[in-house]
Amino acid sequence: MSVRFAEIVMACVMAAFSVYLMWKSAELNIGWIEDEGPGGGAWPFWLSAVMLLSCAGIAWNWWRRSTPLARSTEPFIGSAALRIVLQVVVLLTVVVALFDVIGTYCALFLFMLVYLAVIGSHRLPVALAWAVTTPVVTFLFFEILIKVILPKGVTEPLFYPIFRFFGMGGI
Amino acid sequence: MKVRMIASLVGLAGAVMAPFAAHAWEPAKPVEFVIMAGKGGGADKAVRFIQSIIAKENLGPTVLPVNKPGGSGAEALLYLKGKEGDNHTLMFTLNSFYTTPLRQPGLEVDIETFTPVMRMAEDTFCLWVNTGRKDGEDINTFEDFVAAAKAAGDKWIMAGTGKASEDNLITDFLNTTFGLDMKYVPYKGGGAVAKALAGNNADSTVNNPSEAQGFFVAGTVRPLACMTPERIGLFADAPTMKELGQDFVYFMQRTVVGAPGMSAEAATYYQDLFTDVFHSSDWQEYRKKRALVGDPLTGDDLMEYWKREREIHRGMLDKLAGK
Amino acid sequence: MVEILALLADGFGIALQPLNLILIVLGCSVGLFIGAMPGLGSVNGVAILLPLTFVVPPASAIIFLAALYYGAMYGGAISSIMLGIPGASTAVATTFDGRPLALQGLADKALITAATASFVGGTISVILFTLAAPPLAHVALVFGPPETLALMLLAFATFVGLGGDDIWKTIFSICIGLVLAAVGTDIVSGEPRLQLFGLTGFFSNINFLVLAIGIYGIGEMLWTIEQTAKAGGASMLSRATVSVRRVLAHLRDQLTLWKATLMGSLLGYFVGILPAAGATPGSMMAYGVAKQLSANPDSFGKGNPEGVSAPEAANNAASTGSMLPMLTLGIPGSPTTAILLGGMVIWGLEPGPQLFVDEKAFVWGLIASLYAANLFALLLNLTFIPAFIAVLRLPFTILAPVIFVLCLVGGYAPTNRMFDVWLILVFGFVGYLLRKLDYPLAPAVLAIVLGPMTEPALRQSLLMSGGDLAIFFTRPYSGPIMVVAIALLALPLIRRLVRRFRTG
Repeated sequence: MSVRFAEIVMACVMAAFSVYLMWKSAELNIGWIEDEGPGGGAWPFWLSAVMLLSCAGIAWNWWRRSTPLARSTEPFIGSAALRIVLQVVVLLTVVVALFDVIGTYCALFLFMLVYLAVIGSHRLPVALAWAVTTPVVTFLFFEILIKVILPKGVTEPLFYPIFRFFGMGGI
Repeated sequence: MKVRMIASLVGLAGAVMAPFAAHAWEPAKPVEFVIMAGKGGGADKAVRFIQSIIAKENLGPTVLPVNKPGGSGAEALLYLKGKEGDNHTLMFTLNSFYTTPLRQPGLEVDIETFTPVMRMAEDTFCLWVNTGRKDGEDINTFEDFVAAAKAAGDKWIMAGTGKASEDNLITDFLNTTFGLDMKYVPYKGGGAVAKALAGNNADSTVNNPSEAQGFFVAGTVRPLACMTPERIGLFADAPTMKELGQDFVYFMQRTVVGAPGMSAEAATYYQDLFTDVFHSSDWQEYRKKRALVGDPLTGDDLMEYWKREREIHRGMLDKLAGK
Repeated sequence: MVEILALLADGFGIALQPLNLILIVLGCSVGLFIGAMPGLGSVNGVAILLPLTFVVPPASAIIFLAALYYGAMYGGAISSIMLGIPGASTAVATTFDGRPLALQGLADKALITAATASFVGGTISVILFTLAAPPLAHVALVFGPPETLALMLLAFATFVGLGGDDIWKTIFSICIGLVLAAVGTDIVSGEPRLQLFGLTGFFSNINFLVLAIGIYGIGEMLWTIEQTAKAGGASMLSRATVSVRRVLAHLRDQLTLWKATLMGSLLGYFVGILPAAGATPGSMMAYGVAKQLSANPDSFGKGNPEGVSAPEAANNAASTGSMLPMLTLGIPGSPTTAILLGGMVIWGLEPGPQLFVDEKAFVWGLIASLYAANLFALLLNLTFIPAFIAVLRLPFTILAPVIFVLCLVGGYAPTNRMFDVWLILVFGFVGYLLRKLDYPLAPAVLAIVLGPMTEPALRQSLLMSGGDLAIFFTRPYSGPIMVVAIALLALPLIRRLVRRFRTG
């Protein structure tokens, strides 16, 4: 996929999104109400219309090949870079999905371990050290110091004794 | 020596834990306290105040306020609904507790499923005007207000906190009852409303006493009437609506609600906890200074109160929509 | 005047008591770390620690929170510079030049510039506060919706020319930011609005932080990962170094920035006073003005230290400024002061016009402690710079996952919503693709910050006037601001026309 091709694909996707936003805004009044000014949907509707217009402008530039991106035939992303970026994207998505299942802390442990050992090619002891330290420090800073409770999923009962130890719950 | 030290340590630990020990059920982790409004508003301030009372008097476990202001409380209601059977989630509510489910039936929120914990207070409302109006007119009584607002027609600006909010319902009542055509301009929160009046960017407001109090003390704004059964001590000159010939009182609840399906033991625990908070000297002082009224209500009495209030609000919303 | 100085001296007497000094040190340190977390800013810090302050007397409690506030403001710059992620909306403008400086191996210079500019901004604002509090409070009071709209327009106007080379992409970016800011509830009708794809998560507004962490955290990291993969694994950040000689040289360089710093301080203070505005528009306008006044405007956005000093001076000056409406009117000028107001209730103080009269010790103790906190935050910041630089020198394959963790957890913390974490990922992935196609994203972030103040101001004004646009021009404050804003907006257009006329 060349940069030139990516440029027009993105413009089309964003144009479609603009149309969706316009349609969604139109659920409210998008006109001018006598004695009151613009209706509730007017602000997002007309701004989305300008978004659509800009997409048309981008497409026009693409057609005339008047910007460097619209002329570029270089690949949008190299295959080596694509591999690593995709790895990170998938890993991030899986980890966030795991937050509610096995809990933030276990998910962060896995994330650090996989990232360091697989993507970063660090030795296992190094990866393990970071994988253990990160959730522990996160827990102490967020839950104990500034009292922000993160999702724990099925691991929640394991934390009851810790909360008790820090005087944050029950006996 | 050593033995005595250990003994005293045990004693100390016992003393620290004593408030917990009397209950059949206790929280095992910090309790989430959802606020139906944003940071810095009246409900938010009250929750953070309650949180500090619980910590200060060592009444219970750690309580963590979480703001969920989205969709006039819809976000908070849905969140609590999704916490069915949870013993560690409470919510601090206002009157959007009734109005939001009524206005958005699509939410499928039935407030009768929620666990009643404790009504901590009812907030009151008064009608306010600026003492130094831009047009130089001096509005001293409710009659002056009606005359001036009538003359101004839809040029008269009433600032409030948003469609179908408490002050909007009262504005609607004033408009229909006295034949006015005031224009309602929404602001973000009661503090901003009070400031709009003080800066002469609005002609009148229906603020809680606590929101307008600072400007009242400074002599910038003046209460003309209060929506209470009896006059409020702090504003003894302002008549009630009843004295003005209208049988109209309106309150805003400040109530603690538990998640639906909370266990009976947990509900009892929280009812006891908030009874203690209610009777703490700090809360009593706060009620007095903010001109809050309303006795503590709990359990079935609170549920009955909700049902009654919901019907009242249903009527008011129908009237608002029918206009 | 003499009376005020005496009151301020008393205030310092309170601020310098041993207990209060300890609290200042503690507050600054905790604040620095909270502020340096992407996602967490002074609002969260103050909100979280507020209920714990009952153990000390009210004056000490607010001193602690003021120190925390200042610490977090300094910390916000650290996250902007080192990670490229603004930790709070007040630090957005700092990323524009702070980040490029860090990428050039000059992170230490950016950090020092931010710290000293913050200190100067804080100092100037405390002096202004001392001299002219009550009359300015009056301006803040009459400042209504039309004035707010004029001010917002001015903020946008100072930013003309911030975007990239492709004008269409810049316009697109501004508009999408403004539309995303409209998600949630329509304030006038109270109806749900733009509940995208029927998701209940869109019941509430999209927090600015979600977009900022997505774009600058996830998106920018993906971009950096791609660039490092291309360059064979070398990260540009790890070139950062620090030494005493460098620090001294950077400190000396600060003198050349005096114009931007002074302008930022003054602008920040006056904008900060206006209720509903707070430090964010102040810092953004300072950046825009610094760029337009600079001898070398093209170097902005590419690592010009003036682009760090102006917004940093402004946001610190504004945070002092926003204390003014809070104390005198009981009206918060920023979300953080809204929480502080709640704190005053807990401590049994009644904010409002009477506070300056009835609680002199409290007010001036607070002002003096702001000043002491400012000084301490500077020292703390300078001491920690080597530690921050050491973090940057970590191998990129370790630094990157740590930053991702900070983004995900920091994105959850302000709202406690998993939905926001998912949004961060989506904005991050899309932002990365847009970045590759040269869409400028800073305008979108600015727009989502200013949007929620702009639209309500417009609609409230028009409700007030019955739909008559003249309201923006006939009022004593909004009229002149509006004219200046429109002139600034039109200026580049006129310039272009003139140029075309001359060449054609």
